[in-house]
Amino acid sequence: MPQVATAASFRDFCGTVGARIGIIRRKYKVAPGIYAVGTPGSESPVLVTANYKLSFDALRLQLCGVDAWLLVLDTRGINVWCAAGKGTLSTEEVIRSVEHSRLALVVSHRELVLPQLAATGVTAQDVKRGCGFQVFFGPIRAADIPTYLQQGNQCNETMREVTFTLPERAVLIPVELFLLAKPLLITLALMFVLSGIGPSLFSLNAALHRGLTLLTATLLGIFGGAVLTPLLLPWLPCRQFWIKGVLAGLAAAVISWLLPAARYSLPEQLALFLWMITLSSYLAMNFTGSTPFTSPSGVEYEMRRGIPVQIAATCLTIVLWVGSPFF
Amino acid sequence: MHGYRYIEGTATLQVDLQRCVACGLCAEVCPHRIFALSAEGLEVKDYDLCMECGACARNCPVQAITVSPGVGCAAALLAPLVNRLLGRKVLSGCC
Ligand code: SF4
Ligand code: SF4
Repeated sequence: MPQVATAASFRDFCGTVGARIGIIRRKYKVAPGIYAVGTPGSESPVLVTANYKLSFDALRLQLCGVDAWLLVLDTRGINVWCAAGKGTLSTEEVIRSVEHSRLALVVSHRELVLPQLAATGVTAQDVKRGCGFQVFFGPIRAADIPTYLQQGNQCNETMREVTFTLPERAVLIPVELFLLAKPLLITLALMFVLSGIGPSLFSLNAALHRGLTLLTATLLGIFGGAVLTPLLLPWLPCRQFWIKGVLAGLAAAVISWLLPAARYSLPEQLALFLWMITLSSYLAMNFTGSTPFTSPSGVEYEMRRGIPVQIAATCLTIVLWVGSPFF
Repeated sequence: MHGYRYIEGTATLQVDLQRCVACGLCAEVCPHRIFALSAEGLEVKDYDLCMECGACARNCPVQAITVSPGVGCAAALLAPLVNRLLGRKVLSGCC
């Protein structure tokens, strides 16, 4: 049985940084199966988790001084919450893992402790029916596991409620930015072309000069939607994320006002402002996927309102920006 | 959840209290602490806090809860639309 450490190594640290930035996010997995923490015996508890390395690490690094078995499911390297929502962390997968790993030969009891958030994909009664093991839904955060075990599989109310604190929101920002790199490169070319169009058909000088301004505005829009929005989330007024994004984009636009934007003609300034706010609004709307409190029905509701506004604003931006040399 | 509320009146959560046998499983698994179990039975404290994760409905032994479950993610809802429009897979959603 592989033994796992309850302390992080330098390599773990590098891996965590890589996964958080997004470079190795999709490949950061551990092999599914049974692992030993401490010196577990046949009476020791079985803790179930996903095979995303960050989920696995979050659990094992909290288990200093605990003797337990870890049953790592094959969730294709996806974390507990997403895997449960997507169906890779399912009743069937739990039963399959229990049987495949021959857990019944390792422990004498018939109990599994699953993270509470796995309940979205796992039906406790069906696991019992399928493989004889009774499922206990443990705390949401791995840090509460030792207390949970000490209390005899009992959770306090706070252990069962999701949170979305400032540090929890801040760690999501690097991935949000990393995912934008590719679309940004594609739009970059388009922005320079649009910026060069003028009375003399196409001016390279204008393309570079105005293109750079448009790029700055784009970066500020991204700053509004993918940095300010997550950080200021609970304090931005309005429930709908696309409106929160408009407000965060306004803040970014004010920054641009202090930068060179003030030098441009009125239609150009208007275009830049609209673009920053629209981009921020769109990215803020996309941030719904990273929060633990937005319902799909609610997201659909706000998309029906936000997207038409965003499309109209983008069209107006292009007209103003391309048209301004002719005005 | 403290400090956060999403759009009112959109969640599809429905609880049939007539059917409920007050086992308390839904109250256990809900990450937003929406249910409270007392001597009088189950109480749904706040429908608007529901994020439609489906954990309660999946684990209710008597199917007293219905909710249309899913991930509340704009990218995930947008991806199939855009992909259908363009006729090929350009967006992959989230997670
Ligand atoms: S769907 Fe999820 S958030 Fe909504 S009541 Fe059920 S467990 Fe709670
Ligand atoms: S899980 Fe179903 S039966 Fe049990 S308390 Fe909730 S609604 Fe009632």
